Amino acid sequence: MNQPVQPKINVRGIRKQFGDLIVLRHIDLDVMAGEVVALIGPSGSGKSTLLRCLNLLTIPDNGELRIGEDSFVFGKGSRLPGAKVQASFRSRTGMVFQHFNLFPHMTVLQNVMEGPLTVKGMSKTKAQELANQLLAKVGLAEKAQEYPDFLSGGQKQRVAIARALAMEPSVMLFDEATSALDPELVAEVLQVMRDLAREGMTMIIVTHEIAFAREVASKVIFMRDGVIVEQGPALQVIDQPAEEATRSFLSHFHTRS
Amino acid sequence: MYKWEFGILWNYRWILLDGTKITVLLTLSVIVLGLLVGLIAALAQLSNFRTFRLGSWAFIELFRCTPLLVLLLWFYYALPILLGIEMTAYTAAVVTLSLYGGSFYAEIIRGGIISLDRGQTEAGLALGMRPLHVMRRIVLPQAIKRMSPPLMNQSIIQFKNTSLVSVLAVPDLLYQGQVAATDTYRPLEVYTIVAIIYLLILVPMTAFAKRAEHKLNKSN
Ligand SMILES: Nc1ncnc2c1ncn2[C@@H]1O[C@H](COP(=O)(O)OP(=O)(O)OP(=O)(O)O)[C@@H](O)[C@H]1O
Ligand SMILES: [Mg+2]
Repeated sequence: MNQPVQPKINVRGIRKQFGDLIVLRHIDLDVMAGEVVALIGPSGSGKSTLLRCLNLLTIPDNGELRIGEDSFVFGKGSRLPGAKVQASFRSRTGMVFQHFNLFPHMTVLQNVMEGPLTVKGMSKTKAQELANQLLAKVGLAEKAQEYPDFLSGGQKQRVAIARALAMEPSVMLFDEATSALDPELVAEVLQVMRDLAREGMTMIIVTHEIAFAREVASKVIFMRDGVIVEQGPALQVIDQPAEEATRSFLSHFHTRS
Repeated sequence: MYKWEFGILWNYRWILLDGTKITVLLTLSVIVLGLLVGLIAALAQLSNFRTFRLGSWAFIELFRCTPLLVLLLWFYYALPILLGIEMTAYTAAVVTLSLYGGSFYAEIIRGGIISLDRGQTEAGLALGMRPLHVMRRIVLPQAIKRMSPPLMNQSIIQFKNTSLVSVLAVPDLLYQGQVAATDTYRPLEVYTIVAIIYLLILVPMTAFAKRAEHKLNKSN
């Protein structure tokens, strides 16, 4: 008997509140292995918060989360996962931030080596080999010895992607990876993401690049006010949204490249 | 017109040198120990545990808001009675000055840590690093750069503060000066020399701190 295929990521009833502000109301979400999900929606709709809940940078108030073998239940009566458990869980998901957050006191190479060295306890030689390989992959082999301050935004973000990949994560989370970039630098970062998607990486991408989402994502999720308003195949949600809210949001963008 | 007689102090050169040595040694010890205390208190302040935060807050307030002279006397005369232990004047001086300095260092270190972009911590956590690793590998190396000018200033103040230990008869520079002054009936000469020795050590140190601060500002 074939087992029914289980989603890679499983989110049930996730809820998050900051003070009086309910940011996530009741989020259900399934992501299959190798799937690329684009998360779109207006500012303040809770996209970043949802993404951060997925690697526990923000701890949900309620709900359930499972990625691969790791699962958590949040809310009354359930214990908060300890620092050690959180850390090992996070080491299996990669996260890329809008503002790169590279470590300015380390060279590009050291940035990429940091995770394998301190988290995995990898040997220096091996970590360096891996880092060089990943830097070549994102097209920055010759920048290995530079410090981040001397790179362009696009280069910084590619280093940040290499740094996340160095942990060999099973899922990559992107929070507006190109929003802080000058327009002419966006393409080089999107290209790296496109390659990753093609290699079968499971990805959740918060983005305002609707055309990119349409091209690369298999599924698009539209969020507003802390709820998922609409989700479905990328072409369907972007070209023929079922909900008025989605249509109105998309009308602000050119949706074709 | 007062007739200066510095010649007579030549006989006291070794005593004054000994005093200077004690002062410098004391300063170095209380800077190192104080930084350690400050780091621990600062981390406790930033901890998720309420008890740590409260304890650290109480410690910092207590030591920052009590005059150093009072603390010194209390630690030397009162604490041993309370605890039923014996403490040499030198030990009492080191302990008091380290805790006192540590309470000031703590605020500087805490400030340096929280001034760092939260994204740095998050990037470390996202890689799967444990909070203490993030602190040691990511946050502190960057924060230390920002903290070093105020830490140097505080250390210079600590150097001057050591002169107060003479009240406990710790044979530091000022104490030896007092001895020489009583012996010679020449307080004017003695204290002038003592002041000059403090100056000779502190002026270069201050200049060094200034330069380091300037360099840092340029590199940012
Ligand atoms: N740590 C926090 N404390 C308090 N409020 C927060 C916190 N994080 C987010 N919020 C609030 O939650 C709401 C949703 O924020 P979130 O960053 O998830 O939105 P977003 O969809 O990513 O928006 P954007 O497109 O602007 O990035 C916002 O109103 C924000 O101010
Ligand atoms: Mg956001």
